[in-house]
Amino acid sequence: MKREINSKDVRNFLSNNIVPIIFIVLCAACFPVAGYSPEYLADQIITRIMRNSFLVLSLLIPIMAGMGLNFGMTLGAMAGQIGIIFITAWNVVGIPGLLLAAIIATPIAVLLGWFCGKMLNMARGREMITSYMISFFMNGVYQLVVLYGMGPVIPIHSDQVILPRGYGVRNTIDLLNVRKSIDNFWSIKLFADENGVGGINIPILTIILIALLCVVIIWFRKTKIGQDMRAVGQDMEVAREAGIKVERTRVLAIVISTVFAAYGMVIYLSNMGTLNTYNSHSQIGMFSIAALLVGGASVSKASIKNVFLGIVLFHLMFILTPQAGKNLIGQAQIGEFFRVFVSYGVITLALVLYEIRTRREKAESAKTLALSQMQEAQA
Amino acid sequence: MEKAVSLLKSFGLPRLIITGFLLALFVIAPFADINVGASLSDVLGRFGQNAIMVLAMVPMIHSGCGLNFGLPLGIISGLLGATMAIETGIQGPVSFLLAILYSTPFAIIFGWGYGKLLNRVKGSEMMIATYVGFSSVAFMSIMWLILPYKSPTMVWGYTGQGLRTTISTEGFYYHVLRDTLSLSIGSFSISFGEIIFFALFAFIIWAFLHTKTGTAMTAVGSNAVFARASGINIDKQRTLSVIMSTWLGALGILCYQQGYGFIQLYQGPMYMAMPAVSAILIGGASVNKATITNVIIGTILYQGIVSMTPSVMNNLIHTDMSEVLRIIVSNGMILYALTRKSGASR
Amino acid sequence: MSSEMTKPLLEMKNVSKEYNGNPVLKDVNFTLGQGEVLGLVGENGAGKSTLMNILFGMDVIHQTGGYGGKVLIDGKEVKFTSPLDALKSGIGMVHQEFSLLPGFTAAENILLNREPQNRSVLSLVFGDRANTIDRKELQKQAIAAITKLGVELDPDMLVAEMPVGHKQFTEISREISKSAIRLLVLDEPTAVLTEKEAEMLLKAIRNLSAQGISVIFITHRLQEILDVCNKVIVMRDGRIVNELDAAKTSISEMAKLMVGREVATPDSEKQEARPISDKVVLSVKNLWVDMPGETVRDVNLEVHDGEILGIGGLAGQGKLGIPNGIMGLFPAGGKVVLNGSEIPLNNPRACLDSSLAFVSEDRRGVGLLLDESLEWNIAFPAMQIQNKFLKPYLGGLVKWRDQSGIKKVTDKYIEQLQIKCTSSKQKAKELSGGNQQKVCLAKAFALEPKLLFVSEPTRGIDIGAKALVLKALREYNRNFGVTIVMISSELEELRQCCDRIAIITDGAVSGILPASSPSEDFGILMVGKTAKEAM
Repeated sequence: MKREINSKDVRNFLSNNIVPIIFIVLCAACFPVAGYSPEYLADQIITRIMRNSFLVLSLLIPIMAGMGLNFGMTLGAMAGQIGIIFITAWNVVGIPGLLLAAIIATPIAVLLGWFCGKMLNMARGREMITSYMISFFMNGVYQLVVLYGMGPVIPIHSDQVILPRGYGVRNTIDLLNVRKSIDNFWSIKLFADENGVGGINIPILTIILIALLCVVIIWFRKTKIGQDMRAVGQDMEVAREAGIKVERTRVLAIVISTVFAAYGMVIYLSNMGTLNTYNSHSQIGMFSIAALLVGGASVSKASIKNVFLGIVLFHLMFILTPQAGKNLIGQAQIGEFFRVFVSYGVITLALVLYEIRTRREKAESAKTLALSQMQEAQA
Repeated sequence: MEKAVSLLKSFGLPRLIITGFLLALFVIAPFADINVGASLSDVLGRFGQNAIMVLAMVPMIHSGCGLNFGLPLGIISGLLGATMAIETGIQGPVSFLLAILYSTPFAIIFGWGYGKLLNRVKGSEMMIATYVGFSSVAFMSIMWLILPYKSPTMVWGYTGQGLRTTISTEGFYYHVLRDTLSLSIGSFSISFGEIIFFALFAFIIWAFLHTKTGTAMTAVGSNAVFARASGINIDKQRTLSVIMSTWLGALGILCYQQGYGFIQLYQGPMYMAMPAVSAILIGGASVNKATITNVIIGTILYQGIVSMTPSVMNNLIHTDMSEVLRIIVSNGMILYALTRKSGASR
Repeated sequence: MSSEMTKPLLEMKNVSKEYNGNPVLKDVNFTLGQGEVLGLVGENGAGKSTLMNILFGMDVIHQTGGYGGKVLIDGKEVKFTSPLDALKSGIGMVHQEFSLLPGFTAAENILLNREPQNRSVLSLVFGDRANTIDRKELQKQAIAAITKLGVELDPDMLVAEMPVGHKQFTEISREISKSAIRLLVLDEPTAVLTEKEAEMLLKAIRNLSAQGISVIFITHRLQEILDVCNKVIVMRDGRIVNELDAAKTSISEMAKLMVGREVATPDSEKQEARPISDKVVLSVKNLWVDMPGETVRDVNLEVHDGEILGIGGLAGQGKLGIPNGIMGLFPAGGKVVLNGSEIPLNNPRACLDSSLAFVSEDRRGVGLLLDESLEWNIAFPAMQIQNKFLKPYLGGLVKWRDQSGIKKVTDKYIEQLQIKCTSSKQKAKELSGGNQQKVCLAKAFALEPKLLFVSEPTRGIDIGAKALVLKALREYNRNFGVTIVMISSELEELRQCCDRIAIITDGAVSGILPASSPSEDFGILMVGKTAKEAM
């Protein structure tokens, strides 16, 4: 009897954590083939954690409010990019520059988040596909503003930013002014040799920022608004009956997420050092969501633990596969396609598993009835 | 009067704006030194090229599976058919028939699996369909690299392995339909070949929807519980509709390639669902209702705007914002449909 | 318990209410003293819910023109505009459906949106919603409410993991935790409980009463009324038919009062007893059905050839689950035999193939294609199941919809059932409820079934349409010899139409009687007693 329960537990554990398990196996298989040194990988992973965790953390709050994966986080990323474009054009350097970028991004992110939240309230039950389409739609508006508006309408005249034709922002912008400003502000190096070569960089300020956000999220869960969001996420009708302002709470969840995403994007871009004006935001949306899901989150449940596990596993795969592909088949491109496939595949898998699981729970009640009837018959 | 208002209402404000916009473009066109005849032929050409992909939305909408964001799966079947047809080396119009023939089994198998999957996720078909489309495109990107194609027209010259990103259909089925029964009057030309081809499949779908099975499919989409209570196997109808949509998607991309002249592999099919989805919505369809008329009107309006805006804009303000406008209009239209209260709850 | 000196806690004086000219409450008068427990009994539709809606100032009441008479609290007239208003005066209600969050603990649910909070620096910046929740205080207040109720309930248990009884206790604790609660209305709180849980709840009610909280206890289980109430009011057709002292009454007296209406049925409509064939067409054995809110546990039933069998019972007891389960709309198990051959369950197609048909109680959800024409609605099942209204082409390869055949049959039924519509092309959603119901019947008739299930055929339709629908059913039975199983909440309607009536309680048949039996006999069956027990 006891053993039976054990094997059931194991199966439950496997089916609940199938995505992270696949990734651990995948990474373990690729690691020897790729042939990277552990130090190199550790350094890379730390860089990526610093770069991405703020963005991925921004996804947690809408999940808490039952709105699923916020594909609209792209909107926040756009706001962050607009902030970065301005400070680059104005030539504001270093941490003050990043601060200014964040300040510029905030009202834009609030506005976009509010719009997105309002739309999602109109599309209840299909929040995800709608937030996804909003990100597409807003991408068009963003391009309109950045590609045509900047220059003639919005006064930006820096040669560094604006295309030679006199309006519109360049495809890629070098962010020399703010590159790694946060990371290098205060960092220590571990395991380097005497000449300071190699080793692992630990950017302390970035870590503090990320830790701060984690604390904010933990604190947030304990606040009244956090409790309200959890309530709304479970059952909107019950929450409404209890007097919670459901619509407002949902809009707020999206606004907060969008603003965090904007800050996350500022940190991300400063770490990257270049801005891909027309691509960065949509890519980052997909990668952040995939990373969160790889960490074992689902559409309705996600924790800080999922964020960090997800970033580590996802980016490990990201670093390993092209090299593994190259060493195995002689084509790095296969690895690149493979990781795109995995990113999309993981989102698909997580969505499908979530749906199937919800359905299975609903089917349980019929089983109990049949069972009681059988027991009665036996008695 | 009341009737006119209700007619206008059913037509919908966004559609009205889009139609008005397109008409305005045609009115302005002569003043911007644009040849209206050539523009019209361009719109018609694009219609013939794209209409079948829009038609591919219809079966799935009818069975209640929502908008077919998984169209890339059908496109991939079409690409497999196209590349296999070229691999045979047989040239000319026959290659078009071969491509259709080869892509059919793939479309059926993919559509069947895709349908089975969608049956397990009723209620969130659209989100999952989107990602099924993306994943399959990414997966096929790997396959295009490693599948053992040999034909020199398709394989990268220097490595001799892996397919090119774009393959010309020149010499194979380039313009097989476009140049059939085409008629030119001055700058205006029209290809009846493409239009007849589309009409044929539109007729087949229309006819199908008038048969017993087609009626059942519509009922499933209209009220699935009613259909089930009437003894219809919902899952079977839905799977059938997905197979049909997938096959039409395959056919649609082949039709597109013959007009466009190139086969686009790798990431090419990634976002091809959006224009088709938005076209049928512009045509007046909703998340769970669509007709052949919606397909025709929608494709003409959508392609009209896409082809007219750049030329008019370019000539007027010397700025080409058409791509951006296209993104805003087409995605805005999808957004509009998704946030309608009257839309089905999926 | 109420003293002569003080005013009663609650008093209703000549309260009346009508919806669109139909009176649903007439001259309701009663008083309730502090700490008293009042039992409120009556059939579905007797006016209990309307009465409670008036007490709580629900929107339905205001939107339909208010009510007549007076509601007094402590001798002062009150007019609540919303349940929140009522709450301020210390009146709370626990509804039949749980309003709980599965992922929250009992304590969190008890104090939902009334959580004790701590202010912090950040609240100054972001406002009150940034206050943190004081978990300790929350726990304390929750435990206080649970103790006041006097039940065993773990405040840290998640609602999702609770047995039904504990969910009910959580709901009641929530009402009690609200400050100054003086009157608690419990709407069928024991319907979903096991016997043991129900006992605990009754104990809790006595507890509350001892602490001076008054309770209005709505239930169909009359024994519980005897166990716990001080007095009972019995409602029927919007009136209080009697106010009884709980210590001096009996189950059979209450049951008789509940259903015993003297309706003057015109002779022409009366169902004369007629001989019924002994041949069993449909036999149901050990049927269970998982239909939410209408669970069937163990039903055994035999339907005779050519009869109209009524199935009655109170709401939620499982009568609706029977046809829905047999027809495969909800997961079911057991054995169903039609004319000697077993019908597979969970397979609507097989049922329809063996000439069963079903008119669902959920017209808009199950019965109709709202967005399609009447033609589609009426012809669809017959087309799909029996290949009617189809024209074969290409040697039967293509089965084309026969538009003219469809129109013909639709027009036939439009005339026969007097369906009011602009044409057979009109969309089903544009019709009134009564006409929609006729369309549902026409749909079933078009299948030409041997046995027809009709579920709540007159629910939500006006009197004229009601009579027409019932007449159509009776004629269909008489003229074509079709056996009909009719499920209805309205006993009188069943007694008018049927030959025999089965009463369902607790998911099982509690008895089958000829339709001509006196109505109190049915009443006793409905409240879960066999005739013998009640004697």
